[in-house]
Amino acid sequence: MTEPVLSVRDLVVEIPTRHGLLKPVDGVSYDIARGEILGVVGESGAGKSMTGNAVIGLLDRPARIGEGEIYLNGTRIDNLSLHELRRYRGKQIGMVFQDPLTSLNPLLPIGDQLTETIQEHLGVSNSEAHNRAVAALDEVGIPAAKERIGSYPHEFSGGMRQRVVIALALCAEPSLVIADEPTTALDVSVQAQIIALLKRLCRERGMAVMLVTHDMGVIAETADRVAVMYAGKLAELGPVREVIGAPRHPYTDGLMGSTPLASKGKKRLHQIPGNMPRLGQLPTGCAFHPRCPYTQPKCKEDPGPRLKTCDGRAACWFPLDEPQATKGVA
Amino acid sequence: MAVIVSVKNLTRVFDVSKPWLNRVLERLPKRKLTAVSDVSFEIEENTVYALVGESGSGKSTIGKMIVGLLPPSEGTVEIEGVNLATETDADTIERVRSDIQMIFQDPYASLNPRWKVGDIIEEPAVANGDDTDGLAEKLLEQVGLSASDVRKFPHEFSGGQRQRICVARALASEPNLIVCDEPTSALDVSVQAQVLNLMSDLKDSFGLTYLFISHDLTVIQHMADRIGVLYLGRLVEEAAPADLFGVPQHPYTQMLLEAAPRMDGFGREVEPPEGEIPDPINPPTGCAFHPRCPLAIDRCSKERPQLEVKSNARVACFRAGERAI
Repeated sequence: MTEPVLSVRDLVVEIPTRHGLLKPVDGVSYDIARGEILGVVGESGAGKSMTGNAVIGLLDRPARIGEGEIYLNGTRIDNLSLHELRRYRGKQIGMVFQDPLTSLNPLLPIGDQLTETIQEHLGVSNSEAHNRAVAALDEVGIPAAKERIGSYPHEFSGGMRQRVVIALALCAEPSLVIADEPTTALDVSVQAQIIALLKRLCRERGMAVMLVTHDMGVIAETADRVAVMYAGKLAELGPVREVIGAPRHPYTDGLMGSTPLASKGKKRLHQIPGNMPRLGQLPTGCAFHPRCPYTQPKCKEDPGPRLKTCDGRAACWFPLDEPQATKGVA
Repeated sequence: MAVIVSVKNLTRVFDVSKPWLNRVLERLPKRKLTAVSDVSFEIEENTVYALVGESGSGKSTIGKMIVGLLPPSEGTVEIEGVNLATETDADTIERVRSDIQMIFQDPYASLNPRWKVGDIIEEPAVANGDDTDGLAEKLLEQVGLSASDVRKFPHEFSGGQRQRICVARALASEPNLIVCDEPTSALDVSVQAQVLNLMSDLKDSFGLTYLFISHDLTVIQHMADRIGVLYLGRLVEEAAPADLFGVPQHPYTQMLLEAAPRMDGFGREVEPPEGEIPDPINPPTGCAFHPRCPLAIDRCSKERPQLEVKSNARVACFRAGERAI
């Protein structure tokens, strides 16, 4: 395999508080290759967005990267100064946020926002930047891009606005795009349009995409590989067919079972008892053990095994299906 | 089975004109937005009727008109045979009103942060003048929380627990009908499963009737006994879940089902639907869906199809039952 575009190694994000150090992301490792879409799923508070923000260097203080390394195309980027990071942000890493209204400046026409980004990163002339902006809008499927380039964000519908945000993320031709819940605020039919657009751009440009979402259906249809997060740790990582079709981690299994899609025809939905623990009150051992139906004494004492490489599937002492499948888990 | 809610030709028009002075100075006409037009359906006792549609389809407006938070512009809502808008007998109004409750989408915004949970839950019963002794404790246990939670404040609970508190509050006045407006949209899947299971259990044990409003087809499929699909304020199809998901008749329903992501759709290439919901202030002539419809014929842009009975469903389409794909 060629060198991955993004490589995250043992990433720990920590927040110092009066009650001690909290770790919203704790020892997460994964790679994303060229042209690959990695889906990151989990419930709110599992640390999915935090992981994305750490990669692009958008952690809000006091949150900070405690340990671990992040490599982008072989260059380490987690220890860069703010000034150096600016060259990467936007140019090499594009970001698409959940809410298309708040991620655009309401006071500037969309054309100005696009040309600003293009000139900042590519250093081209005004007219060239303008042409590129039109081409970028054209590519994401905005009709009559030439005329609409002077429009303000409020003149677009939600779906069109999200297309503008995607154009903005892609206009400097980044090698990695982080899409944080890009379709959560949109209707089903518009969601299908945006997902198809992301997939097409990923294929045509060979970008690596990190797709953060809580919608299993979107993941199943879009991602090549899935990372399931629970309480700041990776619970399971693997090809989408295998993780969704035959989950190994009891949490993934419960999560898939609780979607109404999976319980077709059944009167009651499968439910995972309890709630995700708060960060300050993580149980000892595996964080999932109080809710896990297969808990054994070992789970309560030893912290769950960490996924060391990208071959390991589930971070569980007793993964489902094949008990001997502990390859890659240390 | 007895019909508990009967909605006839319900229409709601909102005035979205600019202020009076602007209209005079800029010589603008009044602008009307028809959020709901000519919707009729019935809900039978102890069933779940679901309204599904994209944003702007008028599903929440219908919910609000049924509970009486908004007056209809035209048409009638009858609950247990009583039209609350025209009924004059105060006792009847009171009796019917206490039979209706509502659960809202956002459990963070729908609980007063300065009230204790016990007071929040008892409020509907207090308003009815009922006995509230031990009521909050009993309800909290019924929705899966602990009786000692009555003294806590809403901020001490997670989203799913808050939605349980909302359910407990809705049960306090012993209603027959609960209108649920996107009750699980703000929740995670595992929490959503807990709340949906709770709602099904309560329906069976209290004999409740739900009007379930959601944009999530999978949740609707799981919960509903009868589904109404809305597009731009009009009911385009109404059927039982098995029929609607098995053989969708209306091209809009077909498009919606096709576009919804599937858990087993690995690498599925969806041909995404064209266009977006049109502007409700200037809706298209004829069938509102015709500019996006793959089956549209000339007639669709001139004439509006009426809701007609087709096998087990009601469909508003000239080419109902045909498939584009």
